[in-house]
Amino acid sequence: MTALITSLPTEFKVAQVDYSAIAPMLIVTAGALVGVLVEAFAPRRLRYAAQVGVALVALVAAFVVLVTVSVDAQGLTLERAVVIDGPALFLQGTVLLMSVLGVLTMAERFGGESPDAFTPMGAAVPGSPQEASAMRAGLMSSEVFPLTLFAVVGMMLFPAAGDLLTMFVALEVLSLPLYLLSGLARRRRLLSQEASLKYFLLGAFSSAFFLFGAALMYGYSGSIYLGDISKAITSASGELDGLLIPGVVFLLVGLLFKVGAVPFHSWTPDVYQGAPTPVTGFMAACTKVAAFGAILRLVYVGLEANRWDWRAGVIAVAALTMVIGSVLSVTQTDVKRLLAYSSIAHAGFILVAVLAFDKLGVAGTMFYLVAYGFATIAAFGIVSMVRQGGSEASHLSQWAGLGRNHPVVAAVFAFLLLAFAGIPLTSGFTAKYAAFSPAIAFGGRAGVSLVVIGVLCSVITAFVYVRLIVLMYFTEPAGGEVVAEMPSPMTTVALSIGTLVTLGLGIFPAQVLSLAESSSVFLR
Amino acid sequence: MTNPYVPLLFLLAIGGGFAVFSVFAASIAGPKRYNRAKLDAYECGIEPTPQAAGGGLRVPIKYYLTAMLFIIFDIESVFLYPFAVAFNQLGLFALVEMVLFIITVFVAYAYVWRRGGLEWD
Amino acid sequence: MTSLSTLAAAEGSAAAAATGITSAAWLLVALPLLGAAVLLLGGRATDKWGPLFATAMSWAAFVVGFLVWISMIGRPADGRAMHLTLFEWIPAGSFNLQAGMLVDQLSVAFVLLVTFVGSLIHVYSIGYMEHDPDKRRFFAYLNLFVASMLLLVLADSYLLLYVGWEGVGLASYLLIGFWNHNPAYATAANKAFVVNRVGDFGLSVAIMIMFVTFGTVTFAGVSQAAGGASEATLTAIGLMLLLGACGKSAQFPLQSWLGDAMAGPTPVSALIHAATMVTAGVYLVVRSGFIFNAAPDAQLVVVIVGAITLLFGAIVGCAKDDIKKALAASTMSQIGYMMLAAGLGPVGAAFAIFHLITHGFFKAGMFLGAGSVMHGMNDQVDMRRFGALSGAMKITWVTFGLGWLAILGVPPFSGFWSKDKIIEAAFVGEGWRPWVFGLTAMIGAGITAFYMSRLFFMTFHGKKRWTDDVHPHESPLVMTVPMMVLAVGSALLGLVLSIGGTFTHWLEPVVGSHGEESPVLAVPVITVLTLLLVAGGIGLAWMRYWRDEVPVVAPTGSLATQAARRDLYQDDVNEGVFMRPGIHLTRSLVFADNRGVDGAVGGMAAMVGGTSSRLRRVQNGFARSYALTMLAGVVAIFALVWVIQ
Repeated sequence: MTALITSLPTEFKVAQVDYSAIAPMLIVTAGALVGVLVEAFAPRRLRYAAQVGVALVALVAAFVVLVTVSVDAQGLTLERAVVIDGPALFLQGTVLLMSVLGVLTMAERFGGESPDAFTPMGAAVPGSPQEASAMRAGLMSSEVFPLTLFAVVGMMLFPAAGDLLTMFVALEVLSLPLYLLSGLARRRRLLSQEASLKYFLLGAFSSAFFLFGAALMYGYSGSIYLGDISKAITSASGELDGLLIPGVVFLLVGLLFKVGAVPFHSWTPDVYQGAPTPVTGFMAACTKVAAFGAILRLVYVGLEANRWDWRAGVIAVAALTMVIGSVLSVTQTDVKRLLAYSSIAHAGFILVAVLAFDKLGVAGTMFYLVAYGFATIAAFGIVSMVRQGGSEASHLSQWAGLGRNHPVVAAVFAFLLLAFAGIPLTSGFTAKYAAFSPAIAFGGRAGVSLVVIGVLCSVITAFVYVRLIVLMYFTEPAGGEVVAEMPSPMTTVALSIGTLVTLGLGIFPAQVLSLAESSSVFLR
Repeated sequence: MTNPYVPLLFLLAIGGGFAVFSVFAASIAGPKRYNRAKLDAYECGIEPTPQAAGGGLRVPIKYYLTAMLFIIFDIESVFLYPFAVAFNQLGLFALVEMVLFIITVFVAYAYVWRRGGLEWD
Repeated sequence: MTSLSTLAAAEGSAAAAATGITSAAWLLVALPLLGAAVLLLGGRATDKWGPLFATAMSWAAFVVGFLVWISMIGRPADGRAMHLTLFEWIPAGSFNLQAGMLVDQLSVAFVLLVTFVGSLIHVYSIGYMEHDPDKRRFFAYLNLFVASMLLLVLADSYLLLYVGWEGVGLASYLLIGFWNHNPAYATAANKAFVVNRVGDFGLSVAIMIMFVTFGTVTFAGVSQAAGGASEATLTAIGLMLLLGACGKSAQFPLQSWLGDAMAGPTPVSALIHAATMVTAGVYLVVRSGFIFNAAPDAQLVVVIVGAITLLFGAIVGCAKDDIKKALAASTMSQIGYMMLAAGLGPVGAAFAIFHLITHGFFKAGMFLGAGSVMHGMNDQVDMRRFGALSGAMKITWVTFGLGWLAILGVPPFSGFWSKDKIIEAAFVGEGWRPWVFGLTAMIGAGITAFYMSRLFFMTFHGKKRWTDDVHPHESPLVMTVPMMVLAVGSALLGLVLSIGGTFTHWLEPVVGSHGEESPVLAVPVITVLTLLLVAGGIGLAWMRYWRDEVPVVAPTGSLATQAARRDLYQDDVNEGVFMRPGIHLTRSLVFADNRGVDGAVGGMAAMVGGTSSRLRRVQNGFARSYALTMLAGVVAIFALVWVIQ
């Protein structure tokens, strides 16, 4: 025991920080802090404009810095705690772009005073006099923008984390704001609060798994750095092998929870349904990107050496995720829940690519994330537009006949659904192709069987989407005035970008695909 | 010598055993004379607040705010202590980092203050 | 002959990378596409200047095409073809397709035709569509068409060609149904769409066969690989390509849509359904010469299809009273000529393209003339209500007349130089073929002379048979100037291009050269016979439609006339042979589907649905049971991992 104490460093070593590598994260953090200060000091009528401005400027600036400066600063920094390499940069850039779209949709006001999707006062009891008076006073939860930025910081750090503790911190930084954001829906407050609480409880549960796994891995390898863990696995003495498998499984459980893989998916439909719709879009797209980034890094850098020991578990998870996600989407009657199950199924498809254990698998995963994310944000953006009597018409029966009154909205939504289904000429097709082909090429028998399951499940989900399209176009409206609100220019921009990217990646995937391929090598 | 952790295990077992023993012993041996004060919810010695609007057992958010503020500054001081101890070795870099850290924490403080989080009523 | 053409094709595959102005060839597609995008996305804001902008984009494309052509002339014959790589299109493992442009003699000829005639028709449309509230959309579609057509002819692979092919199909569909508030017009658009799908199916199957057997779909790659392929494969590809060509070019048996396509505005008929798009099938066959030359059976089918169509169109043309439909029938017949020539291999391919170019000019000119007549006659199309318009519309009369002389093949007008050569080429060969095809082509020329003269005389000569409310007047300059330009082309282009065989030499590196082969009849004999037949046709028409009174209401006529009026029962045949059995088949399939397949599929669906609702109960909304699920999941994964280990 005394040996332990003497082995502590007596000299403090100043960490080397490559500021140009982490500048994008710092910029977003600064933006979030400025947002908090705006919330504290700016007069109320200026807050909305200031918050939206700060958030957009921070995100765009971070992206610009990322593509101009950080790309040349690749390497391990902050004493190996942060790794800025190809995948990290690619995913950080993706998160930044998507969160720009996310912020644009969150800022939608539909002609009102405050962001339409959010409650004026999150702390008030639903239906209470306080809430009513807050509504009258024109209060608003403009905190959503700094919260989003904080979440983005976590999402950027998550796939760039070089050790398990940084990864855990990133996990919490991205999760906590999301727990809050989920509870801020303006309408159906109780559902929203319930969603928030469930997300928090289950999230904490999974975080505990992750932390426990990290502790076990430290016990096994004596290090929290992914590179060291990999080395320890390769040169295993066999003495502490009992810790390895539980550690791996617990770590994976923590991450698989975030992507909504079965059997850690149960929060997804409830939270997606309860959260404010733009937040759902943001969460669905960006959290997936970040969490899959972390999975890729953990698996490819840290745990690949003993993948034969734990692969079967993840294969089972992937298969279950695809099957359960697509089968359960069949009986959904709520658009948001339907999209939630579809997102679960997509998580399964992405896992297939992850399990290829090849450079191309990394590229396929990343490409799929881009394709899925943009389509998802646009799809949820449209869900928030379709309304009946001032609140979202999320029940499927309310979507009947939408194509007659709002042909453009219905057409765009139908297009996005086709993308989710993976129809050619949409990004969904190229993404599935990019994800499945490495699985066939490098995944062996398991890879091929997963792809077969994936294709079958795609058929099931395609059925669901086509049914929704048929509902929109060939069914008489059920009655009641369902309208698609005219969105503000900002949301329109977000929706158009999301749709155009979906189309563009379907027709000209080459650029993004080759970018993903060229940035698919992890630094250790 | 066996594994150095074995004594620890013993300690753990004894501690746990004591806790279990005392709970059981108290329930068996102790007198049971309830009154209103004893049956009341335990709230840090403070007079329990009445139920919040909407029914149910709600604890006012004020407690949490206070607790969270405490934690924020607690963490700050947790970092400040080792920083102060090793200040000579760390140099300018750490000073700048620490100032940034404190500023970050104070941003949160400013928010709570401006939004009325420090007003008890 | 075959070896020579393979050589020529191989030469084509070695096209040098584009330099100079040729490297800007992508502008050809981009400019009109930009026009279409601006007009469609710009919405009503572009109503004012949109048409002019679209016209400018079209002219700009012409300028680019012209410069590319000039630079091409400056290079020696074997260095004229150039290849321009645009971007990596589909990188998928071993199949790596780049989107590229093949700028060679053939495609540049098309580029000039499409951009020049297209631009003239843009100008004409400014006048013709002046009062249409939706003219912005019209110009956007026109630009879209020009872009797609240029993509079609500039593509360096069958797949990219297919993109352009679908693009022109889309533009054609949109423009036929432009006035879709009229249900008949919308139906016509749908008909064109459906018939074209049949053809497109053939093209896509051809592409799939190529991909499977050769592993490539670029022209260069396929032409190289075709040398080593079996004749059966090549015949299959050839027939499938022909099916595609038949759909697009309204060839027998997929000809039925063209007449109805006249529902579109007249400039559209002129540009798409006369001058350019419908000739895409001929382009496809000529471009795929390396396949057809090695598959004589497929070639024979091409010739037969061409021969049938040229007679078919000519006969139908004799009976039509609707001026646009008569012109459409004539288009069909003329494309039959081109197809016949294209099927003859290197002997005829150059003349097919030559005729295509001259036809593009005179037929577009005549369509514009017809539009001008309609413009002056309250949009009437019934020729029995025209007559004696030569006085009222002098410019239209003269320009139309030049086009008429050209299509008749009267020397020295354009049609003579191209059509006569096709007839000569049809007489080349051994055995029964030259006689059958040559005589068909020759007789076709005679019938053409009859029905075109009938059209011309009924419209411009004879007595006035106008309805009371019309006051024919000449169209404004913006319409007549394009007609004049096209008329000049109708008159002189053939002569200019055929002096010393300029045009055929120009195309030789692409379509392959051929030795001197003399027709089974002496050339002067063929020419004289053809001209005699033409003169006979004109005379007959003169007697019946100029000298004699033309009844205002069509007489019942003989059985043959009735048949021709009903397009030789093409729709009845389609309906009887395809539609009714199709409906029955569909019904019985639906029946079988309900009973058998649905039993299986429905069972599957029911199973999925049932499983789904059962699984749904697990999602009960309690966070505690969710957590329990997670825990159970962790335990299960542990169990699995340990068992596997």
